[in-house]
Amino acid sequence: MNMAGPPVGQGRVIGLSGSALDRLMPMHLWIGASGLVVRAGPTLARMAGDGLCGQPLERVIALRHPARAATLDLMLRLQGTPLKLNLTAAPDMPLKGMVVALPAGSGAFLNLSPGLSLVEAVNRFDLTLQDFAATDLAVELLWLVEAKSAVTTELKRLANRLNGARASAEARAATDTLTNVANRRGLEAMLTRQAASGRPFAVMQVDLDHFKAINDTHGHAAGDALLQEAAAILRGQCRRRDGVGRIGGDEFVLVFDDLVDPRVLHRIGQRLIERLEQPIEVNGQTCRISASIGVALSTGPAPTDPVRLLHEADRALYESKRAGRGRVTIAAPG
Amino acid sequence: MHGLINRALQDFLRDAHGREAWAAIAGAADVDVRGFEAMLTYPDALTEAVLDAASAHLHTPRAMILEDLGTYLVSDPSMEALRRLLRFGGANFMEFLYSLDHLPDRARLAVPDLDLPDLTLTEDGRQSYTLHCRDAWAGFCPILQGILRAMADDYGVLVMLDITGLEGPRTAIRIRLLDMRFARGRDFSLKGAAAP
Repeated sequence: MNMAGPPVGQGRVIGLSGSALDRLMPMHLWIGASGLVVRAGPTLARMAGDGLCGQPLERVIALRHPARAATLDLMLRLQGTPLKLNLTAAPDMPLKGMVVALPAGSGAFLNLSPGLSLVEAVNRFDLTLQDFAATDLAVELLWLVEAKSAVTTELKRLANRLNGARASAEARAATDTLTNVANRRGLEAMLTRQAASGRPFAVMQVDLDHFKAINDTHGHAAGDALLQEAAAILRGQCRRRDGVGRIGGDEFVLVFDDLVDPRVLHRIGQRLIERLEQPIEVNGQTCRISASIGVALSTGPAPTDPVRLLHEADRALYESKRAGRGRVTIAAPG
Repeated sequence: MHGLINRALQDFLRDAHGREAWAAIAGAADVDVRGFEAMLTYPDALTEAVLDAASAHLHTPRAMILEDLGTYLVSDPSMEALRRLLRFGGANFMEFLYSLDHLPDRARLAVPDLDLPDLTLTEDGRQSYTLHCRDAWAGFCPILQGILRAMADDYGVLVMLDITGLEGPRTAIRIRLLDMRFARGRDFSLKGAAAP
């Protein structure tokens, strides 16, 4: 930098007309030597209300930090410090400011900015493009706020659509496409949730008897229709809070939430068997099946491991089959 | 091509010509009928395919479809957010025209991967200007022409617009201001930003 020659502007002052001040700093306050407001910029006047001129400074603004009355004396001592303050007309709207002394003790000059209160100020006082200096980044900031809001809205929509797609993909992955009840994966998730809930629960394994024979004589299509019918029957005999899953060809599992009374479960099992034993019409042919059932309980306080529980239910089911099918066995609490 | 442009085209075709038209165009262009996500980017060929299919289905030249798209972007109520963002450019139509120099920069502030072509406004004479679009995608200038036409309405100004050099690398829009106070124009206030 060339430092030769007299420094330009040093020791000299410039005079600016009121309209020049308004254009450059539409939120200025000029305070006279007596501490009264001499002039206020048009945007500030809009925010603080008319009749600012002649008022003592401490009645127009309130300092937030330091929280003391904004006397001329104090303001002059705060020269060069970033100020936090508000208009007494808008106490809930923090503003930023900077004060400088005027020459020869003739008062002080304060310039204000809405800072982060910008959006609030624009809305409350209906400020326009002309209320900001052309050099002020306020309008760019407002633009950015609106652009960001539009982009965020679009991103939220995208996230919601993806979330919906994920949820339906997850539901499909956990559902048996033939019978619309849970598949093995869905059942495992159900059992994990049930064990985590801390409530006692029962696992009922249902094996359709004579299903293979029907599949062999009437064909796979008839077998599929029969499975759909059986799944609907099982679903219909459960409460909303219970779960139904299909874990193999003709094997279903029911999960009963907060129900571990062996007599009640036995009755439910019997009812299921009776219901399944009623003749089922499949493709114009009458089919008769039955079911064998094994039940295992998780009575707590600590939940039984779902894998072990399924194993116990399976053993009880085997008991039912060995004892002649079409019956219910409750596993002895292990 | 950025999803915002693809999505705008899709919304315009759907709103202006109906869901069936969009479904037929999407089918012909081999695009999923659910269409484009505004915040993703797609191969340029997809945009071209949609435009070709739309031109064939609607029996309308591409440039005309694109100009209508530009008008739709400013004047359709569902695009109010975009109209507001453009109105931030200036308090009057002249300030708005000069703000177009910064349009690509402004767009990048909000959507960093949205590439708009460089725009330069030159003054040709009294009330006559030329907006030069350099290295723009050929579809850009007709859209901009539609936007300018609708923004002139928005400010209540009467203009005449012509595109020159549409097929070449130096496309430009000639703007002749006929009446700066032709109509009252639409209201714009800084407050009342669209709620998120």
